[in-house]
Amino acid sequence: MSPVLTASTQGSESAIRSAPALSCRDVRVSFRDQEVVCGVNLELDTGQWLGIIGPNGAGKSTLLRSIVGLAYYSGAIALGDGRTPAAADVALVPQAPIMPKGMTVAEYVLLGRTAHLGWLARESRADREIASSVLNRLELTAFADRFVSTLSGGEAQQVVVARALAQQCPVLLLDEPTSALDLGHQVSVLELVDDLRRTEGLSVLAAMHDLSAAARFADRLILIDHGRIVAEGRPAAVLQPDLLSAVYGTPLTVQPIDGELVVLPEPRRRAKPPKEAP
Amino acid sequence: MADASLPTTALPDADAAHSAVRRAFGMSIGAAVVGVVVLVAVGLFSATSGAAGLPVKGVLGALFDWVPLIGVDSSLSTTQENILFEIRLPRLVLGMLVGGSLGVAGASYQGVFRNPLADPYLLGVSAGAGFGAVLALGFGLDLSWGPFDTVPAAAFAGALVAVLASMAIARGGGASPATLLLGGVAMAALFSAAQTYAIQQLNETRAREVLSWLFGQLNTTGWKQVGLLLPYVVVCGVVLFIHRRHLDVLRVGDDEARSLGLDPARSRLVVIVAASLLTAAAVSVSGLIAFVGLVVPHIVRLLISHSYRVIVPLSALVGATFLAFVDIGARTLLAPSELPVGVITAFVGAPFFAVVLWRDRWSTT
Repeated sequence: MSPVLTASTQGSESAIRSAPALSCRDVRVSFRDQEVVCGVNLELDTGQWLGIIGPNGAGKSTLLRSIVGLAYYSGAIALGDGRTPAAADVALVPQAPIMPKGMTVAEYVLLGRTAHLGWLARESRADREIASSVLNRLELTAFADRFVSTLSGGEAQQVVVARALAQQCPVLLLDEPTSALDLGHQVSVLELVDDLRRTEGLSVLAAMHDLSAAARFADRLILIDHGRIVAEGRPAAVLQPDLLSAVYGTPLTVQPIDGELVVLPEPRRRAKPPKEAP
Repeated sequence: MADASLPTTALPDADAAHSAVRRAFGMSIGAAVVGVVVLVAVGLFSATSGAAGLPVKGVLGALFDWVPLIGVDSSLSTTQENILFEIRLPRLVLGMLVGGSLGVAGASYQGVFRNPLADPYLLGVSAGAGFGAVLALGFGLDLSWGPFDTVPAAAFAGALVAVLASMAIARGGGASPATLLLGGVAMAALFSAAQTYAIQQLNETRAREVLSWLFGQLNTTGWKQVGLLLPYVVVCGVVLFIHRRHLDVLRVGDDEARSLGLDPARSRLVVIVAASLLTAAAVSVSGLIAFVGLVVPHIVRLLISHSYRVIVPLSALVGATFLAFVDIGARTLLAPSELPVGVITAFVGAPFFAVVLWRDRWSTT
C-alpha cells in the first residue's frame, strides 16, 4: 500500500482505549439447520465507529439483530459493565423501518422513550423534552407535525435516527442505514451520525454496503463472509482488492482519491492488458 | 392536526418542536371536552324523551337534587321521579357503559391485531360470549366463582375461546388482516350455530327470553345490570387505558417494538384478555350489539387522531354517546313496542363497514 493511504486513515482512530462499549464472544445464530453467524468475536470501543461489511446474506443484519435481542444466539453479548444489552442501552436503526399510517414525526420520535417509561406508560416532562431536543438537534422541527408515511426516504431515515437518539443509548446500531437513499442523502445521514458520535460520545456499530463510505466513516472495519469474520482492522488494512474481489465475487479495485479510499468495480474494458479480466 | 402551514426548510425552533411534541403527547383535551358536552346533551335528550315526556328543567333539577349537599326542588311528580330514576336513567347509564365498553374493546383489538377492521363482533368474540351466556341463562348453569357472576364468567370463557381460535386460524393462514377476519367469521358462524342449537333445546318461554336478550337490547329495570357491568368496566378500562401507549408502539411492528423495549407478546396477551373480558361483560348484560366496536374507533381516527393514546379514551366517550343516541331510536321509533338496539347499530354499522373496506383496502393502521 502506498504511504498516502495509511496516513489518510489514521486521523479518526480514537486515542483513548477504555473498556469496550459492547463486546461479542463466539456469537452463533442458526436458522433451522443452517448457521448464519458462526462464532463472531468483536469489540466496540467507546466512541468508536465500527463498520461491518460483507456481501448480502453474510450475516451482518442477523448479528445486529441478535445484539438487540431479536435473534436467538449462543455465545455472549455484553456491555462494558457485563450486562446483556437492553433497549435502554442499544438503539437500532433498522434497514426497512415501518412507517405507520397517520403517525406524526413527533409521535414517532416519542416511541424512542418506550424503554424509559414507568408502568403507567405515560411520558414524563423529561421524556417530552428529550424528544423535542432531539428534533431540534436534527433540525426536524419543521417536520414535527408531518405524518411519517409522507416523508421522503432521506427525511424518513433522519426521523428514524432521531427516534434512536431519543432512546438515549450509548451504543447506536445501524443496519445499512443508507441503502434506500440517493448519494447526497447517504452522505448527510452518515455525517449526521458521525457528528453525533463525536458530540454525544456515542459508539456506532454499522452494517454498511457502501465500501467507500465505510472507509471514510469507520475507525475499524470487520469483513464478514458466510457468517465468519475474514478480515478485521483499519479500513486501509481490510479494503484489499484481492480479498474484496474474492468475498464479493466480482473484481474490485481500491483507489485513493483525494486522500480517501474509494472502492470501485473493476473497469472491464480498460486498455491495460495486465488488468484485463480473463 | 396540521393547523399551520409549515415552512419548507427546516429551521431549529425549540418552541415549535416542544409544542409539536406536546401535541403528540396530548390527549386532545379539546376533543375530550366536546365529547363530554355531546354525551351530556344526548343523555339529557334521552332522559326526557319517551312515552312519558319529562321536562328538561325538571330532570336537571332532580339530578342536582340527587347530588349530596345540594337541595333543589325538581318540580317532578313522584311518578315522574320514579320513571326517571328507575327506568330512564338505569337504561341510559347501561347504554353508555355498554357503548363505551364496546368502543374501547374495538379500539384495543384494532391496535393489537394491527387491523383496522378488527371488532369484537367480527372476530367472533361476541358470538363466543353469547354462546357462553346462552348456556348460562338457558340451562341455569352455575359457574359463579367468588365475586364473578355466572353469566359474565360463561360469556368470558366463550369470548376467550373464540378470539384465541380466530388468532390460531389467522396464524395458520399467514396472519394477514384478511385471514384474521375470516377466522373470526368462521368462529362467529360456529358459535351462532351452537347458540341456535342450544336455544332449540329450551322450552318456548325460556327460548323467547334468551332470544330477545340475544338480539341486543338495553331493556332493564332498576340498576342491577349497571351494578353487574360496572366492576368489569372499571378494571378492564384501567388496564386498557394504561396499555394504550403500547398499542402505538406495536404499530411499528413486533421487531421494532421489541428493540424499543416493549414485550409485544406480553402486551398483546394483556390487552386481548382485558378487551375480551370487557366484551364478555357487555354481552352478558346487553346481548349482541354489532358494529359499535368497529364504527366508533374509526370515527375517532377520522376526526381526531390515529394515535391509540387518543383513540382508546375517546372511543369510550364516543361509544357511550353513540349507543345512548341509538337507544333513543330503539325506544321511540316503533313505540309502544321496542326495536332491539342491536338491529339499529347493524343498520348503521354495516354500510359504514362497507365504506371503510372500500377506502382502506386492507391497509393496516
